[in-house]
Amino acid sequence: MSSAEPTRRDFIYIATGAAAAVGTAGALWPIIAQMNPDASTIAMGAPIEVDLTPIAEGQVIKVFWRSKPIFINHRSKKQIEDAQNVDVAKLPDPQADSARVKPGHEQWQVLIAICTHLGCIPLADQGPYDGYFCPCHGSIYDTSGRIRQGPAPLNLALPPYEFLSDTKVRIG
Amino acid sequence: MVHLNMNGHPSYQPKNAFMQWLERRLPIAGLVYSAFIVYPTPRNLNYWWTFGGILTFMLAVQIVTGVVLAMHYMPHVDHAFDSVEHIMRDVNYGWLLRYLHANGGSMFFLAAYIHMFRGMYYGSYKEPREVLWILGVILLLLMIVTGFMGYVLPWGQMSYWAATVITNLFSAIPLVGESVVTWLWGGYAVGNPTLNRFYALHYLLPFVIAAVVVLHVWALHVAGQNNPDGIEPQTEDDTVAFTPYATIKDAFLMMVFCILFAWFVFYVPNFLGHPDNYIPANPAVTPMHIVPEWYYLPFYAILRAIPNKLLGVVALVASIFVLTLLPWLDTSKVRSARYRPLYRQFFWVFVVVCIGLGWLGSKPPEGNYVLFARIFTIYYFAFFFVILPVLGKVEKTKLLPKSISQAVLREGMPIGTPAPPPAGMHRA
Amino acid sequence: MIVGRSIIIVAVAVTLVAPALAQEHSHEDTSSPAKNRWSFAGPFGKFDRGQLQRGFKVYREVCSVCHGLKLIAFRNLADPGGLGFIAAQAQAVAAEYKIQDGPNDQGEMFERPGRLADYFPPPFPNDQAARARYNAVPPDLSVIAKARGIERGFPYWVFDLITQYQEQGPDYVTALLQGYEANPPAGFTLPPGSFYNKYYPAHAIVMPPPLSDQRVEYTDGSPMTVEQYAKDISAFLMWAAEPHLDQRKRVGMQVFIFLVIFAGLLYFTKKKVWHQVDLHPEELRARPPAEYPSA
Repeated sequence: MSSAEPTRRDFIYIATGAAAAVGTAGALWPIIAQMNPDASTIAMGAPIEVDLTPIAEGQVIKVFWRSKPIFINHRSKKQIEDAQNVDVAKLPDPQADSARVKPGHEQWQVLIAICTHLGCIPLADQGPYDGYFCPCHGSIYDTSGRIRQGPAPLNLALPPYEFLSDTKVRIG
Repeated sequence: MVHLNMNGHPSYQPKNAFMQWLERRLPIAGLVYSAFIVYPTPRNLNYWWTFGGILTFMLAVQIVTGVVLAMHYMPHVDHAFDSVEHIMRDVNYGWLLRYLHANGGSMFFLAAYIHMFRGMYYGSYKEPREVLWILGVILLLLMIVTGFMGYVLPWGQMSYWAATVITNLFSAIPLVGESVVTWLWGGYAVGNPTLNRFYALHYLLPFVIAAVVVLHVWALHVAGQNNPDGIEPQTEDDTVAFTPYATIKDAFLMMVFCILFAWFVFYVPNFLGHPDNYIPANPAVTPMHIVPEWYYLPFYAILRAIPNKLLGVVALVASIFVLTLLPWLDTSKVRSARYRPLYRQFFWVFVVVCIGLGWLGSKPPEGNYVLFARIFTIYYFAFFFVILPVLGKVEKTKLLPKSISQAVLREGMPIGTPAPPPAGMHRA
Repeated sequence: MIVGRSIIIVAVAVTLVAPALAQEHSHEDTSSPAKNRWSFAGPFGKFDRGQLQRGFKVYREVCSVCHGLKLIAFRNLADPGGLGFIAAQAQAVAAEYKIQDGPNDQGEMFERPGRLADYFPPPFPNDQAARARYNAVPPDLSVIAKARGIERGFPYWVFDLITQYQEQGPDYVTALLQGYEANPPAGFTLPPGSFYNKYYPAHAIVMPPPLSDQRVEYTDGSPMTVEQYAKDISAFLMWAAEPHLDQRKRVGMQVFIFLVIFAGLLYFTKKKVWHQVDLHPEELRARPPAEYPSA
């Protein structure tokens, strides 16, 4: 800049600088976006349908949705009662069993089988509550998948799901 | 109070407390300041001097796009082709990254060839820049190897057969040739071991290139830039500070170069490639015409011009190696072709010969194509071994200007500026 | 004068090379396919959805018997810039196909209806099965539109570069599909089991002529001729090879406009910066650090 105008910021410099900033942002965006899940990965994460007829009462099966393990538990009458007869306020993560099943399908428990502590897969039909037990650090869940004892902070999460009929559920 | 360092140039004096702290421990800001901000640059540089900066930019583009492509590519013979298609179809902006990288390779070589021709025209290889030039030849060699291995990775028909042809060249080495080829292949033919090691090396070499670029720029800064008049800067009037003068000029031509780059990437992305590389590699079927990418065609033409297998390979290697001898083969005391009228004509014929060899490399080795390839190959080597040494001795060069500023300015005004107002009137 | 001499030298060189130019097709006497007008050609090119849907119909009813499309998933039929199906339509197409899946809990492979995430299944389990059935391996068509080209020598490729001619593949396929001739020219020996085609290298192709008039029903009023089928399938195959073509050209235009504006800004900035140099030579010298904005 000439000595006659020591502090005047010329329009052309500002315009060029702004264009450079816009160009840099535009060039950077694809570099960052390419790490997001690609179209085929998203397609593989599409909802799955599970046939419930082969699952006997008291049986738990494991399926995968979006590479996450899902427990589908055909709960017995006793397990349902134990889940409902609980003082919800005293739970570490208070939640009623009715909020964790679909109305009319209380015998079906659909949970994401990932311990909310550090991510191990809990074992089904284990522990003092006949619920789930995580062998990694000893978290104990009840028949509703709610945390009762141990280091896990939250109840086992629920995936999005809906019943297409009494014998078919769509997860995802 | 201006602090001058050993060169007599201003040294970096940070005002910011953190920068003062850092500068005392790792003077990187001072290095950037002296090398790229106040660094004295000849004031008469024309736009041909931008290509060094363009090359650095293209190296960065190739490395960045290459690394993100590597996040999705699978270097296995059964998956390589499909993984590239997966990038083109499913990966977010994958099509853009792939076309940037593939066409970026071509743009990289285009800039490199222009950069080299600039050096040859203006005598940038002459004393004291011989090592700078040789480092450049090493960079070209590294680029050639990197580009070759990169082209194999999509595992198309051309990838596979180019790998087969080029690795087979090594069998021309007497005694150990076949063993060398087997060693390169990691098997009995080009196959999965070959693909895997090419991937590993293709990922590695660009960083080796970056390291040699650092040496190249260092050697450049020791000698200083050459300039279109080929005479060394004598006074401060002959130079300008690198920033903002050279920086802004480089930025402009870089954008123009990017426009050409964008033309290829967005509108004719497969123009420089070969359709056969969209056919998955088939070891049982050889394509009708195996053609390398355009930037290898001149060397390919020289290789095929010699009827003997071993001598053809020797000629191919020699065509690159001869460049390292250039500073000593050219005996002229005058650097720039601006002042060497006879050399200039032979230079342009050389350029036409290189382009002609490139065109001939794309043709089948039959009939007149072979004849012209041989004629052009003879000129190529004669230019270095006969014409340049003789020319330096017999050429009558034009009178050199006294200084750069004298060449650029006349009575303090650039040549072409209208005459200053008569004395007594104030400048606005 | 120097420039003039250089030009003479260049001209001489080119003239010397010109006879070689005449030898363009001596090794391959195939006709050159005609250049068609494609909706997706040029800087503003876009796929014609109706044409893609017709081409897809031709693929399903004619080509898919022998040719796979393994890089296209059913979900791609609903992608933007393509056929314009909605997800339900793509799902309906998927459900019509049987996809091999498994193993089940008994360890057996089984077949199930296709889903959006599935890819078009191959018409034959492997190359050997295809060769046993057809005496040749029908190539997968996913990228065929980019795997075929037309050799155009100098100076045509210069024009192609400027006019952005990238449709060599579709032009070749369109020509090939219409290039069958029932009677080969006199003196030409057709190998047994092959058919004469004007555009195929060496003129002998194992694929029988796949198209005939009225072969595929079009419900949008387009002519049901071999020529129309050839164009539609070529456009569809171009989409299959380059599904993001629309996006590429659209983004390209935005990038281009930006680059031209930015280059212009840089040019005027450069002129402004250097203008002061030219008028004030004493400004040339590297200035002391105090005058730099932030050191």
